[in-house]
Amino acid sequence: MSNSELQTVLELDQIIGGYGDTQILHGVSMRVDPGEIVVIIGPNGAGKSTAMKAVFGLLNLSGGKVRLNGEDITNMPPDQVVHHGVCYVPQTSNIFPSLTVEENLEMGAFVRTDDFRPRLQELYDIFPPLAEKRRQAAGTLSGGQRQMVAMAKAMMLEPQILLLDEPTAGLSPKYRGEIFAIVKTVNATGTPILMVEQNAKQALKIANRGYVLVDGKNKFEGSGHDLLEDAEVAEMFLGGGAPP
Amino acid sequence: MMEFINFYLIPGLVLGSIYALGAIGITLTFSILRFANFAHGETMLLGVYITYSLVQFSGVHPLIALPFGALLTVIVVLGIDRAFYKPFRNSPTIMVVIASFGMMLMVRSMVQFIWGVQLKGMTQGIQRPMIFFDSLRISPKHITIIGAAIVLMLAVHYLLSRTKIGKAMRAMSDSPELAKLTGIDTEKVVRMTWIVGGALATAAGVFLAIDTHIDTNMGFKMLLPMFAAAILGGIGRPFGAVAGGLVIGIVEEISSYPWIGVEPLLNPGYKAGVAFAIMIGMLLWRPSGLFKGKVF
Repeated sequence: MSNSELQTVLELDQIIGGYGDTQILHGVSMRVDPGEIVVIIGPNGAGKSTAMKAVFGLLNLSGGKVRLNGEDITNMPPDQVVHHGVCYVPQTSNIFPSLTVEENLEMGAFVRTDDFRPRLQELYDIFPPLAEKRRQAAGTLSGGQRQMVAMAKAMMLEPQILLLDEPTAGLSPKYRGEIFAIVKTVNATGTPILMVEQNAKQALKIANRGYVLVDGKNKFEGSGHDLLEDAEVAEMFLGGGAPP
Repeated sequence: MMEFINFYLIPGLVLGSIYALGAIGITLTFSILRFANFAHGETMLLGVYITYSLVQFSGVHPLIALPFGALLTVIVVLGIDRAFYKPFRNSPTIMVVIASFGMMLMVRSMVQFIWGVQLKGMTQGIQRPMIFFDSLRISPKHITIIGAAIVLMLAVHYLLSRTKIGKAMRAMSDSPELAKLTGIDTEKVVRMTWIVGGALATAAGVFLAIDTHIDTNMGFKMLLPMFAAAILGGIGRPFGAVAGGLVIGIVEEISSYPWIGVEPLLNPGYKAGVAFAIMIGMLLWRPSGLFKGKVF
């Protein structure tokens, strides 16, 4: 189960922090290995999204380390983290609504200095609906398609790792399945993904591993399959009873 | 009919173009830096006086001196941003607005101190209007102003819709937080906003000076109609600002046309009140403006 330090893409080592004087994370540890989908689940207020924001330099950590490919990126400001190849898709306001789909993707490539057009074409191949609507203002798209724009925008950088904060929040079950399928597609292109999800069952099904956070601490961890089978996890977070 | 076009509509169009150029800067600053810049009229004033000095010094036509005047003005504006606004970048909006109010007073006093308070003329002599179709009278300076304003507006359109930095300006106007998370160099976008706003304000001021005269209150007098134009068009909508500027310029001028009887409908002295009335009306009934701008 444990990989060597060098292989790990992202590692959170006993991080402690919060907003202002309110401490939310009391020593959270997790890691993402190459090619993995890792899901963070847990009750509301457990610090799931906060842990993700900590990676992206959006809150000040008073303790612990965040490492990207072994390099210390603890408390690095967000624009620098982007330059290091970490892309973050927030839960809400994750697209520029008045820009067209294509302009959104172009902005995703803002820090690139090389020609981004081949990458744009690749992403249109992965997300055909976006190619169709490339000249349309992103704000006019449906919820599911907006999520596609948000993810494609982040993928423009060919990131080392993609952070997704509740990508299916507020979507109908039909779109939810679609988004999980897209997450798998994106992951299949080689990008590791760390994802916070409320729809724990569905998320664990596509995940390699998962972490359960409670009160800002690690509670359980294991493979997606193991967590789905675990009676205690199932009872607490998956809506009762282990699946048959 | 021709009297209406020659003496009300065309001057309205000229005034409207001037408002429009100023209002683009206001709307961009409002939506990208997120504050109402009270010092924008004073940027215009400074631009006019710098250009005036260049004209006095070199003897060239004001339109030739304009790019250099705009360049110098932009340098001052960038310096002001660095020294006075940047420290407030993460402060509550009201602090920046008050800072801009202070800046307005400082810049105006500085201009009065350096150049004096007497009226000045940008150009000498009186121009004979050109006459088309026996009855349409347009003075050459009006043709120049409208033509130059159109060129500048097209340039702004090109910048915002075709260039990387222009698209980043629109992105930041949509969401400054997401712009940062995306890795957009927001300080560069802010600088570009001051450059565009400062250059257009200088142009608007110089056009006004060519059309009328130069005095140290012209910036402040322009502030209200420019804000009205930006609000009418919708905050964050440069094209709205252009449309709003034209509407306000034209309505101000035609409000004194003798629509009923032989007396002007509205005493020309109340022209500024028209812009104010439109602004209040929009804020009450449609704060997002004609083109669905932002509401803060």
